[in-house]
Amino acid sequence: MTLELKNVAKHVGTDVHIHKTNLVLEEGSFNTFLGPTLAGKTSLLHLIAGLEPPTTGEVWFRGKNVTGVPVQKRNVSMVYQQFINYPNFTVYENIASPLRVSGLPESEIDARVKGTAELLRLVPMLGRRPSELSGGQQQRTAIARALVKNSDIVLLDEPLANLDYKLREELRDELPKFFAGRRCIVVYATTEPMEALLFGGNTATLDEGRITQFGPTAEVYKKPDDLVSARVFSDPPINTAAVTKRGSSIIIGETIELPAGKAFQSIPDGPYTIGIRPHHITPTVRKTGRAEIEGKVLVTELSGSESAVHFDLLGQTWVSLSHGIHRFDVGSRAKFYIDMEHTFFFDRQHRRIEGRG
Amino acid sequence: MNKIVNQRAWFFVLPVVLLVAFNALIPLMTVVNYSVQESFGDNVFFWAGERWFQEILTSERFHASLFRQILFTGIILLIEVPLGLAIAITMPRKGPWVSVCLVLMALPLLIPWNVVGAMWNIMALPDIGLLGKSLRSLGFEYNYTRQPLAAWFTIILMDVWHWTSLVTLLCYAGLVSIPDAYYQAAKIDGARPWAVFRYIQLPKLKYVLTIAILLRFMDSFMIYTEVVVLTGGGPGNSTTFLSIDLVKTALGQFDLGPAAAMSLVYFLIILLLSWLFYTLMMRNEAR
Amino acid sequence: MAKILASDLAHSYALDPQTDQNWALKPLTLECADGGAYALLGPSGCGKTTLLNLISGLLKPSRGRIVFDGRDVTDASPEERNIAQVFQFPVIYDTMTVYDNLAFPLRNRAVPASDIDRRVREVAHMLELDGMLNRRASGLTADSKQKISLGRGLVRSDVNVIMFDEPLTVIDPHLKWVLRSKLKELHQRIRRTMIYVTHDQTEALTFADKVVVMKDGEVVQIGTPIELFEKPSHTFVGHFIGSPGMNILPCSIEGGKAVVAGTAIETANGSAYRDQGKRLELGVRPEFVSFGNGGIPVEVVKVLDIGRYRIVEARHSNIVVKMLVPEDAPIPQRAHVHFDPGHTRIYEDGWVVP
Repeated sequence: MTLELKNVAKHVGTDVHIHKTNLVLEEGSFNTFLGPTLAGKTSLLHLIAGLEPPTTGEVWFRGKNVTGVPVQKRNVSMVYQQFINYPNFTVYENIASPLRVSGLPESEIDARVKGTAELLRLVPMLGRRPSELSGGQQQRTAIARALVKNSDIVLLDEPLANLDYKLREELRDELPKFFAGRRCIVVYATTEPMEALLFGGNTATLDEGRITQFGPTAEVYKKPDDLVSARVFSDPPINTAAVTKRGSSIIIGETIELPAGKAFQSIPDGPYTIGIRPHHITPTVRKTGRAEIEGKVLVTELSGSESAVHFDLLGQTWVSLSHGIHRFDVGSRAKFYIDMEHTFFFDRQHRRIEGRG
Repeated sequence: MNKIVNQRAWFFVLPVVLLVAFNALIPLMTVVNYSVQESFGDNVFFWAGERWFQEILTSERFHASLFRQILFTGIILLIEVPLGLAIAITMPRKGPWVSVCLVLMALPLLIPWNVVGAMWNIMALPDIGLLGKSLRSLGFEYNYTRQPLAAWFTIILMDVWHWTSLVTLLCYAGLVSIPDAYYQAAKIDGARPWAVFRYIQLPKLKYVLTIAILLRFMDSFMIYTEVVVLTGGGPGNSTTFLSIDLVKTALGQFDLGPAAAMSLVYFLIILLLSWLFYTLMMRNEAR
Repeated sequence: MAKILASDLAHSYALDPQTDQNWALKPLTLECADGGAYALLGPSGCGKTTLLNLISGLLKPSRGRIVFDGRDVTDASPEERNIAQVFQFPVIYDTMTVYDNLAFPLRNRAVPASDIDRRVREVAHMLELDGMLNRRASGLTADSKQKISLGRGLVRSDVNVIMFDEPLTVIDPHLKWVLRSKLKELHQRIRRTMIYVTHDQTEALTFADKVVVMKDGEVVQIGTPIELFEKPSHTFVGHFIGSPGMNILPCSIEGGKAVVAGTAIETANGSAYRDQGKRLELGVRPEFVSFGNGGIPVEVVKVLDIGRYRIVEARHSNIVVKMLVPEDAPIPQRAHVHFDPGHTRIYEDGWVVP
């Protein structure tokens, strides 16, 4: 049971919301759509659900063309950012509502509602109305409503964005448990790279209406196809610089020379763009062989266990993220150490170059 | 949404479509039919082409009633919209008085229109009416059955009393939906009440005001009942607006052809002016 | 710039508060030093926004006084207190250009036009809005609009305190990062008193010099980000701050050491404690838990890889311990977990034992 998007594109007037896209989602997979706002995540979700027809291209499900099929005929559930529940129904009725439409016997409905409520820890709330629940509980009711149907496809559009930080964390931890062991295809849209990493599964990075990369999350994270995918999948933002490679070193802006990592020493000389994630730059030397650079400290942010130091490197602001408390005076010059083995190299078309050896 | 993929929706719309067809489209077609024919009673019809339309559009009488109508609608809009908006701004948005104010505002809208006309008719009577007698005691030579100016004054007063509430309630709904944070920010910025009105409330009320003005425009352009009950179109024909003129032609003189033609012209004028007005108000919205 | 003192301040939204629950803000006293950066941190409904609105003057307190620099301002309006506030969603004047938006507060105070021009350009440069001064404010992105909201507070040179009410709510994560550092940079440059309300601990800890942690209308702890991280005085602070939060394990005390699941554990405050039969818990942050030779025997049940480190969940019967393991370090299936004694504390009924 796979979902396929074949050459699907969406145009609204003269705007292109989704460029020609091909995508295959497997049964039982958890897929994260990651990208900034207006990247096209919601549009894609609507196309998969059948809420909107594609301008060109086809949507295939279970080997059949479902492009013109309206959303009521497709077995799809959706959870939104704003906790959408029927305000006049109790939690029990809310969860039961999709089942009542399908005309199941009452005993079956009761069993399924209770089962789903237990999974989402809503059993004590079953008699209440959504207005009497907290944000987290309302969202769990919405998720329960989506799950009880046993749909083939479950779509979640930034469901945790309106929740408090800690609640978001808790619900995020529980979310994979809700879908464990089910055969449905789950698509989760978010702007936070951290969530994609925590869920595992597959990730698609989106930027301006295009899917730039799709694959197992760890792979997309560790081996981005291009600069855009690397950027989308980094929080804090990835540090980049235009460099020239000469021999076994790379030169930044004519003045800074760093040894290229072992895997990259044999790539052809010439201009490249490098990308380094902030946690691969530290103010202390932990491993030998780390390249050293010096920069003027702009601001230090201490978040309890980690220090983020923003420093100026040849007019650009770079960020170093490290464990522990490191204090620097603003304006002072400090030394930072780059892990060159974890540096990404991008060619002139911003495609990533694989290291050799 | 681009395409309608769900065909079942048409079945829900069908009853309404039939009803509208029966009640509106068929009579409309009948009117169009009459407007291009001449009748001599007893269902004998001759083709007249655009003759009635030419007559109407060049007739002095039509021009006069059109002019009166435009003047009336213009005055009405100029008074009711600012007044309604002002009242809405002064109405409380929170607290126990909200429901009281809302009920008071709704009352004039609930009264049947002919009763409104009758009410003002009696109230404005120069000898025994509250309004009429008071004005006369203040020294005004007020008699709405004899003086066109007094008649106009009374009609405008009646309409303002009757319909300003609609503008008020619409604007109130719009105002209530402005988040508190905007007012708080304005307070912090040291903005005076006028600046708050001009830079926060007015821009946010744009859509609501458009609807209010459009509704008042269309309704006042078609005004009939209240005026007929109050003045009957008089004195003379000083308050004979378009609808009244139309009815006089159609029923009073049994001239179906010209009446039908006049109806269509009337309809097209309202359509054109409404469209023009709407486009002008929505000019800045690209999407 | 001003030193702010909230003295015995309490507030209730009910007309006649009877029970504890009716008080949105329970009596508290708080002092903010001149030019300091403060964060009010807590979950929804903890009273942080109420406290912010009381300080800014948008709300009059049911009880207590507010003092700016020795001057009692409890009955003063927000303009009289000379404050600026940035709200959750960008509040801008749609019909005006960016320039006019920034100039608005100054024009209302009859500041001469040449001064207005200078201040507006200065602030626009600080916030990197130079290129947009002549554009209509309504067409910009959310983060630019928030910058304008902030700018309107910065143009006034006499502002006593700038308040932020969850200002990054509508901003994308990537831009959140940028805007957050910009705020910090700004504070270090202009040194005005700033109070920042949020439920996001990362925002609070990176921005503030001192954080006020609140729950259910009460202040639980006030401290620097490092103090809150290393020495939480309540299990709530330990849980709320840190991602993941502190491990809180039920324990008992025996001979000066805490006992969890039959294993004796060294703590920073256990040796002087005498058991009084109350509920005891052991608190240790995942950052201070490591695989070692002594400690509770566990089995690793879950590993979450977030790139720069892994969150490891280890289990011993019904006790779950979370720990952080660096990027390339090995994770054994079965091991013992060692708690750093300097960062392990005993909590009695939720409060840390002195």
